[in-house]
Formats: sequence, structure tokens, C-alpha cells
Amino acid sequence: MASSNGTATISVQKLIEEKKKKQSARKMEKIMPILLLSTATVSVLTTLGIVFTLLFETFTFFGDVSIKEFLTSKTWYPFSDPGHYGILPLISGTLRVTGIAMIVAVPLGLASAIFLSEYASDKTRRMIKPILEVLAGVPTIVYGFFALTFVTPILQQIIPSLEIFNALSPGIVIGIMITPTIASLSEDAMSSVPNAIREGALALGATKLEVTIKVVLPAAVSGIVASIVLGISRAIGETMIVSIAGGSTPNTGFDITGPIQTMTAYIVQIAQGDAGYGTTIYYSIYAVGFTLFLFTLAMNMIAQWMSRRIREEY
Amino acid sequence: MKLIDHNNILHHTKPRRKRNTTFKYLFLAATLLSLVVLAILLVRVLYQGLPYLDWQFLNSLPSRKAEKAGIYTAFIGTIWMMAVVIPVTFILGVGTGIYLEEYAKKNRFNTFLQVNISNLAGVPSVVYGLLGLTIFVRALHFGTSVLAAGLTMSLLILPVVIVSSQEAIRAVPKELREASYAMGATKWQTIRTVVLPAALPGILTGAILAFSRGIGETAPLVVIGVPLYLAFLPNSLLDQFTALPMQIYNWTSRPQEEFHALAAAGIIVLLGMLILMNSVAVWIRNKFQRRY
Repeated sequence: MASSNGTATISVQKLIEEKKKKQSARKMEKIMPILLLSTATVSVLTTLGIVFTLLFETFTFFGDVSIKEFLTSKTWYPFSDPGHYGILPLISGTLRVTGIAMIVAVPLGLASAIFLSEYASDKTRRMIKPILEVLAGVPTIVYGFFALTFVTPILQQIIPSLEIFNALSPGIVIGIMITPTIASLSEDAMSSVPNAIREGALALGATKLEVTIKVVLPAAVSGIVASIVLGISRAIGETMIVSIAGGSTPNTGFDITGPIQTMTAYIVQIAQGDAGYGTTIYYSIYAVGFTLFLFTLAMNMIAQWMSRRIREEY
Repeated sequence: MKLIDHNNILHHTKPRRKRNTTFKYLFLAATLLSLVVLAILLVRVLYQGLPYLDWQFLNSLPSRKAEKAGIYTAFIGTIWMMAVVIPVTFILGVGTGIYLEEYAKKNRFNTFLQVNISNLAGVPSVVYGLLGLTIFVRALHFGTSVLAAGLTMSLLILPVVIVSSQEAIRAVPKELREASYAMGATKWQTIRTVVLPAALPGILTGAILAFSRGIGETAPLVVIGVPLYLAFLPNSLLDQFTALPMQIYNWTSRPQEEFHALAAAGIIVLLGMLILMNSVAVWIRNKFQRRY
């Protein structure tokens, strides 16, 4: 064709330019996946960093303290000479706070989830859910302040023997903090139960409550359990609320009215003070951190495994 | 004779229907209880803190005397830290998101990457503090600087940014990509000019929410040793600094009532920043969200 001949003669330079452009584009095609992969490996490096620093310093710690003492002794008193490093009091404190938190969060969270998924209209749900999310987004330092200056004084009027630092108040406040997590995840699990099942039960004459308890809850159980396990993991790892309102007295037993210490609060206490670099006390925060990490990792794995189960069901 | 006696049915189902109504209101009450607690928390903080919240409070250095103390250094320190956190998490988070959604083939390594990211999201923040203390403060000798704290905080919120960018990128419909390929665009050209612009509002919304989480986090800062208060401002990324939550923590830990009021005033500023960022995120979502 004449016209194509015409263009061919003028655009030799253009062709060269275009070829260059194509080459640089081809180069980008090769570089970008590698660049992006390298950003993705940062998250793997983070995990490796966490595991290795914790492991490494924990090993150093076990050079000074026997594993047997760490796991079985009931005294955690690092400041005495020689120090006592039995982690049971810290675990006991952590579990007491977590237990109280779950007593608050599980009924509240489940009830909210049931209301939002089964009873509330679309409009109400769209109004309430974002407010619940705000509750989950409040910084923990604010909750800690709230626990110490508001919840504890009120509880002291009900329970006169309650001390300023105790397990009860931070436990309740952590419970309030994780309620939205449990509510939102359980609601997701319950909403994914197919409507046909609900309608079948309703057609047989069941009330909404009966449908909820006998049909929806059993069908969504793995997702609900996953949300609760995730809540437990959050409560175990919570730091600022317990360091502000829980005190710093590691002890075992079941007392919730007196001061306690949790694993997280211990790490914060030592990191703030001046435990010299290289001392046994310094390494002890890594041993405690490693224990904490294992606890939460186990919980997160269980939660992920449970929530994967619900997806396979329908 | 009627086959169905309506009154009889109503009579027999009455206890069941009653139970249904009772529980409905119980569930509603539980839902409202959380909202009531939130309201109490806000009212309480405003009541305690507002009298102290004035220009002088925003503009003064921390002080032993409650009536002279302010949050100037902590406020500026928080902004310095965010100057590290925002670019680092944005580049790493969005990069990882693109890689996982666009390039990653379904093999063992990439499945591991994905599982690893969701596990990282569940690691307690205090453990990130230990990581930051060991790697950035001690091993790389950054000290308790803006840089060390910013990088620690970046790693902490990175999983959230990754997951939200993945969701935003996944939401871009296949047709757009195919149209771009049909025009002769290469893969990276398609991602850069078609996928990313379409996913940007979603990415930004998620990222801003993650940043606002980073502003309020306290535990990792305490663990890496950020001072509870500081009377000077940082001049470079390697200088010491303090942040808003640290200043609030400092005031909360003191027994005197007037320092608690100062903590409340600091909390108002902190929550104000968070509400501002959240509204920006919601605004972006509403303004730019397109349904294809």
C-alpha cells in the first residue's frame, strides 16, 4: 500500500525510539517481580528475626537459670540475689486477667453478634458495626487510663477489699476491648450460614431464638470458636492495660482483688527500669517474651484452623 | 369448623414467643452496653481533660508542675515517627500486596508467605518491641531513636497494610486487566497504569487505618526504651524522641489527680488525631469507591 510505504520512510528514527522504549519496558518486566518479591520477603525476615532473637537470648538466659526452675518454680523474684525465675506466677497472672476478660467478652460479644446477624435490620447493623469498630480502635493506653481512674474506683465501692492494682479491673476492661473482635468475627461466621437453612426451620414453626440456638449457632460453631480463641490470644498479649492497672506483684493462686503481674507487664517493667545489658534480668525478658510468643502463636494457629473449617462446610 | 384455630396456636406458642422477645431485648442490651461503655469513656475523658486543653498545653514542654506541662515534644515526636512509618509501610505493604496478588504462583513458598503474614498479625505488640530492641536499637546501633522506633512500628502494622492492599487489588475486576493486555500493555504497565490507580482508594483506606493504629501503640515504644518525657525536639532521624502515648503513660502512672487530668487532655489530642485520620479514610472510601 502506498500509505504504509509513506509512513515507513519517515519513521525510521521513530522505530528506533520505539524499540528502545520496548527494551526498557521489557527490563521493567524483569526487574519489578524481583523488587516486589524482595519487599514480600521482609515479612519472612520479620518472622525469622522474632524467632531468632527470642530463641538466641532465651538460650543465653538458660545458661544462667535451669529450664526446670523456669518451668516449675512458683517464685518469680528476679531482684533478689540469687534471683528466682519460676514463670508460673506470671502465667498465673496472665491467665487470671484473660479469664476475667473472656467472662466479660464472650457473652457480650456473642449476644451482639446474634443481635446484629439475626435480629437487627440492615440499617441498624450498618449503624452499630462501625461504632463497635471504633471501640476496637481505641488505643490500649486509653483503656489503661480508663481502668485505673474509672473502673477501679467504681469496683472499690462494690468490693471494699479491692486494691488499687488488681486483676479484676484490667480483666474487665480487656474484656470490653476484645468484645468487638468476637462480635464482628462471630457475626461474619453466622451471616455466612445459608438463609435456606434458617427459612427451613422458620417454616417448621421455630421462633427466631430457636433458629438461632438450634440451627445457626451449631452451623457457625467453628467460626465462633475461632473468634473466641483469637480473643484469648489478644487478651494474653495485651500489655498497657495490665501494666497500668494490674500492678507488678507476680503471684500464683486465684486472688483477683490484689495486685498481680502478667508476662507482658513484666517485660514492660524491666524494659523501663535499668536492668543492665547482659544481666540475667535483661535476658529474662526474652525468655518471658518467648513464652508469650508461643502461647499466642498456638492460639492463632488454632483460630486459623477453626475458621478454615467453616469455609469448607457449605 | 375451622381447620386452623388461630387463637389456639397463639395460646400454645405464647411462652416460646415470649422467650424470643425477651432474648431479643437481652441481645440488644448487650450490644448497647458496649456502646454505652464507649460513651462513658469519651465523656469521662472529655470531662477530665477539657479544662486543661488549651493552646498552652499544645505548645509547652513537659514539666513537673501540672499547670505548666504540655505535650509539644510528644506531639512533634509522634509526627517524626510517622514520617518513618508512613513511607516504609506503604512501600513494603503495597509491594508485598502486588506481589502476592499479581505475581505469586500457587506454590509452597507463596502459601507460606501468606500464612506467615496472618501469623505475624497475631504476634503481640510487646514482642515486636523486643525485636526492635534487639535488631534496631542494639545490633544496628540506632539507639532509641526516631528511626528505630519508626521501623519497629512499621513492622508491627505491616501485616495490616499488606492484607488491606491485597483485598483492594483483588477487588479490581479481571476485565480491566484484560482490556489493558488487549491494547498491548505489558504486565507491569497494566499493574502501574490500570490496577494500582483502581485499587488506590482501597489501599489508602486500609493504610490510614493501620497508621492510626501505629500512632496509638505504646507497648513496643516502652520496650525499645523511648523516654517517658523529653524536653527537646529531635533534629534528625537518629535523635531521641518521645511520643504522645508515652507522655500519656507517664502522666497516667503518677498518683496525683492533676496529672491524671493532663493524661486525659493528652488522650483527647490522641483520639482527635485518630478520629481525623479515620474520617479521612472513610471519606476516601466513600468518594472514590467505584463498583464495577
